[in-house]
Amino acid sequence: MTPDRKDEIRDAVQRGLAIAIAAAPFGVLFGAIAVDNGLTIAEAALMSATLYAGASQLVGVELFNHHVAPWLVVLSIFAVNFRHVLYSAAMAPHVRHLTFWQKATSFFLLIDPQFAEAERRADAGRKVTYLWLMVLGASVYFPWLALTIVGGFLGNLIGDPRAIGIDVLLPIYFMGLVLGFRSRANWLPVVIASAAGSILALHFVGSPWHVSLGALAGIAVAAVLPLESKAAEEPAGEPVEEGT
Amino acid sequence: MENWFHTQTLLIIAAGAIATYLTRIGGYVFIMRMKSIPPRAEAALNAVPAAVLTTLVAPAAVTGGFDVSLTLAVAFLLGLRISLLPMLGASWVFVMILRHFTG
Repeated sequence: MTPDRKDEIRDAVQRGLAIAIAAAPFGVLFGAIAVDNGLTIAEAALMSATLYAGASQLVGVELFNHHVAPWLVVLSIFAVNFRHVLYSAAMAPHVRHLTFWQKATSFFLLIDPQFAEAERRADAGRKVTYLWLMVLGASVYFPWLALTIVGGFLGNLIGDPRAIGIDVLLPIYFMGLVLGFRSRANWLPVVIASAAGSILALHFVGSPWHVSLGALAGIAVAAVLPLESKAAEEPAGEPVEEGT
Repeated sequence: MENWFHTQTLLIIAAGAIATYLTRIGGYVFIMRMKSIPPRAEAALNAVPAAVLTTLVAPAAVTGGFDVSLTLAVAFLLGLRISLLPMLGASWVFVMILRHFTG
């Protein structure tokens, strides 16, 4: 194995485990709530293995319990996960060098932090390789699956998640990810527009549409604000030839 | 096996999984259909991470109650100074202490 590949694997495992630690309480919580709502442990595990999208899994099992129409459960899962459309579009420039099957398999593992880490890697000028994507994804996927099963066995042994502060863990984590992008163009106006848009949409339209509508507000602001001129970033004075 | 899975649950999970996978490839398939990406579309795509992730935070900050708002404000200030995992740990400890004393 070349030192390059070793370095890629180490970087991906480190980042992946950090994500897995932050997501761990939710894996356990999902397993417990799923069993609480009448799913078997095998069904909960299958859901984690095939959907692999925490928020939508929780929404899904909540609805199982209310005996709503199956198509409505599926539609709700789709609505909660709709933001991934924006992720895969934004990822396009970084993954177009991959083969068809490499794209097909790595996109299966596309979750919020996987996307955030890939964008940060690209920002840092490092190549987003198939190996890096898959190792990063696997470092989150298998712990997530294992913790779902653990949660399923624990079941209602877990008390009120609010008492141990689990309910704020995810917002804190996502805020950290948002702050990680603060060097990007028009970051502050985008964040303000998305925050205002999502709060208003939650009030007037409701969940989960506030995610897509709020995101659209921020994206629209980025599209209409003046583009950052590439020439303005270059230092004044004589142009410097590269490689001479 | 019969006790492990129920047919209707299995079908819902399968349909949910397919719907989720479609969202994960949909944006890529759509953007590759375009011959070239205009600069404004590129600026829009560049804003996607901050725009989407913000919507997962902001509503909790205003509807979650005083303890959640205060914790997120502390997390924001910490996040400007320290890296993600220490910030997460410190904010988590903060909210547990806050709730312990405020009930």
